[in-house]
Amino acid sequence: MPTRLLLGNESLAQGAIDAGLSGAYAYPGTPSTEITAYVLRSHQAAMGNVICAWTANEKTALEAALGMSYGGKRAMASMKHVGLNVAADPFINSAISGCHGGLIVNVADDPSMHSSQNEQDSRVYLDLAMMPCIEPADQQEAYRAPALAFALSETYRIPVMIRLTTRLCHSRATVTVGQPSRRNDFSYPEDPKRFILLPALARKSYAKLLDRQADFIRESEASPFTEYLEGTDFSTGIMACGTAYHYVREIVGDDCPHPILKIGQYPLPNALIERMMSACDRILVFEDGYPYLEGKLRGLPVRTSPTIHGRLTGHLPRTGELNPGHVAKAFGIESPILNAASAVPSPRPPALCPGCPHGDTCNALNAVLRSGDANGRVFSDIGCYTLSAMPPYESVDTCVEMGASITMAKGASQAGLHPAVALIGDSTFTHSGMTGLLDCINENANVTVVIVDNLTIAMTGGQTSSANHRLAEICTGLGVDPAHIRIITPLPNKHDENVEVLQQEIAHTGPSIIIAVRECIQTARRSRPKGGSS
Amino acid sequence: MKRNLILAGVGGQGLLALAAVIGEAARSLKLHVLQAEVHGMAQRGGVVQSHLRYSDQPIHSALVKEGTADLVLSLEPMEALRYMPMLAPGGAVVANVVAFKNIPHYPEEAAIEREIRLLPNYRLINAVDLAKEAGAIQATNMVMLGAGAPFLALPIEALETGIRTVFSDKAEAVIETNLRAFQLGFEASESAR
Ligand SMILES: Cc1ncc(C[n+]2csc(CCOP(=O)(O)OP(=O)(O)O)c2C)c(N)n1
Ligand code: SF4
Repeated sequence: MPTRLLLGNESLAQGAIDAGLSGAYAYPGTPSTEITAYVLRSHQAAMGNVICAWTANEKTALEAALGMSYGGKRAMASMKHVGLNVAADPFINSAISGCHGGLIVNVADDPSMHSSQNEQDSRVYLDLAMMPCIEPADQQEAYRAPALAFALSETYRIPVMIRLTTRLCHSRATVTVGQPSRRNDFSYPEDPKRFILLPALARKSYAKLLDRQADFIRESEASPFTEYLEGTDFSTGIMACGTAYHYVREIVGDDCPHPILKIGQYPLPNALIERMMSACDRILVFEDGYPYLEGKLRGLPVRTSPTIHGRLTGHLPRTGELNPGHVAKAFGIESPILNAASAVPSPRPPALCPGCPHGDTCNALNAVLRSGDANGRVFSDIGCYTLSAMPPYESVDTCVEMGASITMAKGASQAGLHPAVALIGDSTFTHSGMTGLLDCINENANVTVVIVDNLTIAMTGGQTSSANHRLAEICTGLGVDPAHIRIITPLPNKHDENVEVLQQEIAHTGPSIIIAVRECIQTARRSRPKGGSS
Repeated sequence: MKRNLILAGVGGQGLLALAAVIGEAARSLKLHVLQAEVHGMAQRGGVVQSHLRYSDQPIHSALVKEGTADLVLSLEPMEALRYMPMLAPGGAVVANVVAFKNIPHYPEEAAIEREIRLLPNYRLINAVDLAKEAGAIQATNMVMLGAGAPFLALPIEALETGIRTVFSDKAEAVIETNLRAFQLGFEASESAR
């Protein structure tokens, strides 16, 4: 069998291609991006006519995957954890309608917030959607997960989530790759009415989903990713979810005296949990992300026997990703005396690349809004331009979630703030800025929207932007007065004109748009288009 | 045989290619390999590091435990000092001496060197000069691969094959430059002993 050194994300993508994938849709987001980037550059996927696309946002990605599944084919949508917030509506409702061809929702969590604004744990969504989930523990399992998930999905006609975390997504290991299997032919769902979620029909589908829960639990108990390893010392039983299992193995070695329950599939394998709870005096819980399992074990009213130790009891840190040091400490293993940390290094936060077009836009914004009496505020969105929150620019005042720039600026202007400026990238504008702009137009809100069009999705590595050079047309179509759609070129030698345009549009009462067009210097440097950040 | 490495640098310096070559070399020798890397936002000129572990026995964690790194191999002097608590007793630090200054308050370079020179096991290399000598400043990462090679417990040929594999989509001249850079780094490191 051939072996390859693959990232967890690449292993999963190759596993999906080999498992008969027909369609992969995604909006990029660290740490999920390389899944789709891999499918895009896969020769095997291209030869098999696998449809693969960067979509406008995560919701459109998941809906397209659901549609492909309706046609009987195996599909997947991939996103980062906060992307699931955007796709929550199709996520939860597709569990009720069910799917036809196998449907996978890949969600990559980012504990420790390496590249995110929060560390939400996607497993919590399982309680809302009541769909099964597979959590691979390593790259080889990430390769096997899609085949397992597609089979589960087609047995029960239910979408299946695959939960990943940053360390697995972005770690490489030697992976043994298997034989590709056949892709499904087109077919219609045998019971198409279940895709009509009118209340009377939805109630039936919901009842069926509830009935299926017992089957899902049995599947988790029998899953090849779940394992109960016997022990002889019952003073402590160990439960470990996903990658946490390997941190435990690293510390306890191969001959651990305690029983270990490795959990790789949800809903939680109740019978195995019950078995360990009744056999052991204490349960030590290892999981990356929220204390999801630990909270459920504890129950309400709080269960007193056996004792449960984990993130909620201070035996492991409450926040942040696990590492072998934390796990050793939870086992009471003293850490050796370490070399002292050096006081010399200064922090080196990420920054705009030298010569970045966003830098010139921010200089113009600063000239207008950060000088004299600075009543104005800049409501930013998420993208490379958010880095201008840091010195030397310090140009923006907010960054909450994708799309929030235009809508927050609108609300703030209606509260009395002026000038209210929104700063948003081309991709974020098409992701979730356009709808907010429509609100501004309908309410004649007094906001100035600066769209920084660097012709790509730069922050995640230069993927194709859905805006595709059509921002002025989109804004005109939505109803912005063409006299107040201005195009500028963010270059140092255009600074004075750009400042003047900003001043004019801020002085205009009502919505106005300034589109700052200049390509990202990183993508400009690369001649051919590229899929991902690897 | 087991090695725990911390690879350090700044976004854009070619750290991931360096990690990929070592990983490929270890894989080609049928060793167990685990390598954690940084993607995304930090790559915009921020701190980038990679944990790389390989062994003839199964290994589980992709992350190196504090106090167990056999080598901190750094493309930048200040970045080397960031990982002192990771270093095992007697572990080696191999660093490029050419600073990458993209922050307003970069520490005094002499202070950095002084601190590295206090370590029991270090090698300081001017990787930029050697990369230029090899033919391309972009090959600085391969100079540092060569400089770290004496500590990797991998045969030189396996590393050279790793370079060929990782750069297989590049022109032969580019591969040759990288191999030359690797060789120059190795020689400089051995004579800096
Ligand atoms: C819901 C959600 N999806 C994805 C991301 C990851 N993400 C952050 S910024 C960004 C793209 C920004 O592109 P653009 O607005 O064009 O700005 P640029 O980085 O190109 O300057 C993405 C995909 C996120 N933070 N939230
Ligand atoms: S990647 Fe592009 S958009 Fe992002 S900071 Fe660099 S030049 Fe600017």
